[in-house]
Amino acid sequence: MKKYLWIIPMLLQAGAVHASEAVVQAQIVGYEQQGASGADAARGQASWNEQHMQPDLGKMVSCASCHSTDLTQAGEHMRTAKRIEPMAPSVNPERLTDPAKIEKWFGRNCEWTIGRDCTAQEKADFLAFIQSK
Amino acid sequence: MKNMKLNRFWGMLLFAGCITLSMGTLAWSDSDDYNKAGSKYAGEGKAEGGWGRTTGVALVTNKQYQTECSACHFAYQPSFLPERSWVKIMGGLSDHFGENAKLDEAIRVSIENYLRGNAADRIPNRYSRSFLRSIRDDATPMRISETAYFERKHDEVPARMVRDNPKVRSFANCATCHSGAEKGSFDEDGVVIPGFGSWE
Repeated sequence: MKKYLWIIPMLLQAGAVHASEAVVQAQIVGYEQQGASGADAARGQASWNEQHMQPDLGKMVSCASCHSTDLTQAGEHMRTAKRIEPMAPSVNPERLTDPAKIEKWFGRNCEWTIGRDCTAQEKADFLAFIQSK
Repeated sequence: MKNMKLNRFWGMLLFAGCITLSMGTLAWSDSDDYNKAGSKYAGEGKAEGGWGRTTGVALVTNKQYQTECSACHFAYQPSFLPERSWVKIMGGLSDHFGENAKLDEAIRVSIENYLRGNAADRIPNRYSRSFLRSIRDDATPMRISETAYFERKHDEVPARMVRDNPKVRSFANCATCHSGAEKGSFDEDGVVIPGFGSWE
C-alpha cells in the first residue's frame, strides 16, 4: 500500500497542470471572440522580451525586467526588489488558474510595460507562451 | 520519626512541583491565546474591519486587502496613516507610486472602506496616536515613511543599511528588517537588517 503513496503528489500535480490548461483554453476562446486568431507561443515569447520606454522610470523595460527571461525562475520587482514567483505553470501550478487574476495583471502590467492595453491577440500569445513553460 | 519528616519533605516537594507545573501551563496557555490572536492577520474568524488583539500595532484583518495589496508590497497596517491619506491613495491607483495598481471597482471600494475604518484617526492605539500627532492637520501624507514620527524612529539608520542595501532598498519594505511586522510588532529588538544583523 505504502509503495503507491508517491502517486498522490503526482496526481495532484497533474490535476493542477490541467487546471491551468483549461483556464488558458477558455481565455483564448474569449480572445478569439474579441478578434484574435489562434495563439502563438513563439510570438508571445518575442513580445515578452520586447523593450519599451517606461516614461516614469526613464528606462527601457520588458516583461522580463521583473519576471525574468526564464519563466521557470523567480523574478524580482525592478523597484521594490520583491520576489515574484515563477510564471511557468510547470514549476508554479498556481499560475494561470484564475481568469480574474489573469485579466487584472494584464490590465496593470501591459499599461506599465508597453504603455497601452494589450490587444486580444497579444494576450492570447502571452498565455500560450507562459502555458508552454 | 525521622521517616515521617522525610515523607513530609517529599510531600512538600511534590506539592511545590505541582504548583510550578500548573503555573507553567497557565503561562503557556496564555501565550498560546496571544499567538492565536497574533496570527489572525489574515482575517479568519474576525469581522471585517475589526482589529486583532496585539501588544503592538493593530493587525491587518481584511483578506481582500491582504491578497490584493501584498501581492506587491507589505500589507501596511491601516493605523499608520489617517483616513484622508487612504482616500487619496485608493483614489489614484492607476499611478500608485509610479506603478499601475488598478483594481476592479467593487474590490477597490471594499478595500478603501476597510482602510478608512481602521485608519489612525479611527482607532485608539498608542502607535496610531503617535503617528497622527506627527502629521500636520493640513497634510495628507502618501507614505508612512514621510511622517515625522517614522522619520524620528528611523533617523539613526544609515542609508547604507537601507537605500543602498541591495537586500532592503527601501523603507517601504518593513518586513525585510522588522521580523514581527506582519504580527504588528515593530520593536527594536525584533529588527534584523539583512547583511548587517541585529540592530541592537
